[in-house]
Amino acid sequence: MTGLVGALVEAWDELRLHKLRVLLALIGVAAAVMAITAVTAVVQMLTQAYTEAGERSMGRQVTITIDAYPRSEQAAPASELDATYAVALERYGITWATRDWYTSVPFRFPDGTRQVEVRAVDPDLGTMQRVGVDEGRWFTDADVDSYAPRLVVNDVFLESLGAGGLESHPTVLLGDETPVRAVIVGVTARRWPGEMASAIVLYDQLTRWYTPETSDGWGQPVPSLKVWVPPEAADDLAPLLRRDVAAVLPGWDVQAYDNRDTGTGALDGAARWVAFGVGAFALLLGGLGLVNIALVTVRHRIREIGIRRSFGATSGRIFFGVLMESVVATAVAGLVGVVLAVAVIKNVPVDTLFGGGIQDRPPFPVSAALVGMACATGVGALAGLIPATVAVRVKVIDAIRY
Amino acid sequence: MSLLELTGVTRSVRLPDDRLLEILRGVTLSVDTGEHVAVVGRSGTGKSTLLNILGLLDAPTDGEYLLEGVPIGRLSARERTRRRGRDFGFVFQQFNLLPGRTALENVAAPLMYAQGRQFWRRTTLAAQMLDRVGLGDRLDTMPEKLSGGEQQRVAIARALVRGPRVILADEPTGALDVETGQEVMGLLDEIASMTGAALVTITHDLAVAARAQRHYRLTEGVLVPVDLGGAGHEWVGDVPTLPGARLPVNPGAVAGVPELARPVPAQVEP
Repeated sequence: MTGLVGALVEAWDELRLHKLRVLLALIGVAAAVMAITAVTAVVQMLTQAYTEAGERSMGRQVTITIDAYPRSEQAAPASELDATYAVALERYGITWATRDWYTSVPFRFPDGTRQVEVRAVDPDLGTMQRVGVDEGRWFTDADVDSYAPRLVVNDVFLESLGAGGLESHPTVLLGDETPVRAVIVGVTARRWPGEMASAIVLYDQLTRWYTPETSDGWGQPVPSLKVWVPPEAADDLAPLLRRDVAAVLPGWDVQAYDNRDTGTGALDGAARWVAFGVGAFALLLGGLGLVNIALVTVRHRIREIGIRRSFGATSGRIFFGVLMESVVATAVAGLVGVVLAVAVIKNVPVDTLFGGGIQDRPPFPVSAALVGMACATGVGALAGLIPATVAVRVKVIDAIRY
Repeated sequence: MSLLELTGVTRSVRLPDDRLLEILRGVTLSVDTGEHVAVVGRSGTGKSTLLNILGLLDAPTDGEYLLEGVPIGRLSARERTRRRGRDFGFVFQQFNLLPGRTALENVAAPLMYAQGRQFWRRTTLAAQMLDRVGLGDRLDTMPEKLSGGEQQRVAIARALVRGPRVILADEPTGALDVETGQEVMGLLDEIASMTGAALVTITHDLAVAARAQRHYRLTEGVLVPVDLGGAGHEWVGDVPTLPGARLPVNPGAVAGVPELARPVPAQVEP
């Protein structure tokens, strides 16, 4: 106990005595740790942003999509799809699921009735595909039972309607011959210039009030089923779902596929390696500077080491002491680097730098801070090994006379 | 049983040209608790090597060294180091204070390697010891701000702070003027007597050596007893034996002085 405390006290005393030297040696280490920590954190945020972007179009990991197409006019009617999907979800206890049906629906705008691209879904889609609503809200389960259909539209739709915003509680007539008044509850931003008006509506509400003329016809689009399942269950579930749906829909071609190969991991891996490489190189340079200065310092301290040996300092204690000087110093530098990295990351709007922004902005990754501290301490230990070895190789009687 | 006992101790080193240089030859010496022993001899006669062996900084090539009856060859390197820190206090000619540390930190330094209360109370113990050597008001002074005599007093306080059983003083007055040297030796003698520690002084200052109870002369690695109080003076020829007088480093520097030690190393067959 006293040995360990003594070594730490000695190490701290050495650092205190040689503040300037230590400071110069450690600036490089602190900067390197800051770089590696900040880059690690940025990569994590970038990865999150990229993942979220992927999830907005392909769904969260792992989303299985079941597509069904009638192979001929003699195929079972599409109206059986809903019941088939419901049975499958219940059988496998799947809680996150949505039907996803791209169709077109007539809406009555001030300038006349127009067909608008509509996506009919279930409320779960908002979470499953991170649908960002800029104004208003996404659908809730209660909306399914509401009398008037609820709509989430893009701002092009809202502009076409002549409504300024949601404050005026805009409504629109949906359908042609027997229209129903739909309430707009949310607005999404346009994703690219020249985007056409589009709307999202709850599947059950749309089918309750409006049946597209071509919806039951052969060769027309029919709703897909998307389910969000744990990755470990995806391999088993995909073929089971495909089999079950195909079994009750004779004459239909049923496919089930998941989104695991959509490439989010590629960026993660590559960016991490680049960050790691840059950080490691910076740390190597910082560590070399530290070794250099530590070696020179040990040479200057040979007499002192000899004197300490005469006090009864064992070679192990001398080795540990010199090593600890380096470790304590780099640990302090590492801490400074991590604090600087946190300050930078917290004060730079990293998420806005990634375009669309991050929905689930990750907190400063603890792993990045730990990686930074571990690297700093590791470099300190490695940088301390050489001078510590030199220190214990000194012959005591020669050292005292040095 | 003596505290320290050397019997027929030899120390030799092999030179780069493969010759064997014998620094100490058949040295026999015993030191008891509380005793003050002085070893005189010119530079290069092996005085420091003898002190290093006594203080466990070096080991004999041949012969036996008993520390409280235990052959040091039986002690592990770790145990020798532990005994060195616990049982021996060193006072060096050049003081060897740690640079950049205050007087207090210097005196507390050996206690960093102590155990238990000595370790945890190191600052208090160091302050008490500095007070004892008359430097109670210079605790936070850096060594370079102290005079030579004060620095050596700090070194003495540092040597004594762990309560050693043996104080090994290597030319303790070598870097001091005559008066300061006497003052420092007086202090060293006094504190050694008070603590009951044995004091082994190596010096070429006859006045310093004369303070000891027993005197030895080291010539060409051979240790022989001398009596500095009477007949023992004949070996210095016409060199003054007044207090503060020193043996010439170079025999040729004083006419008529018999050659006591040849600077060339003794050669033996490998």
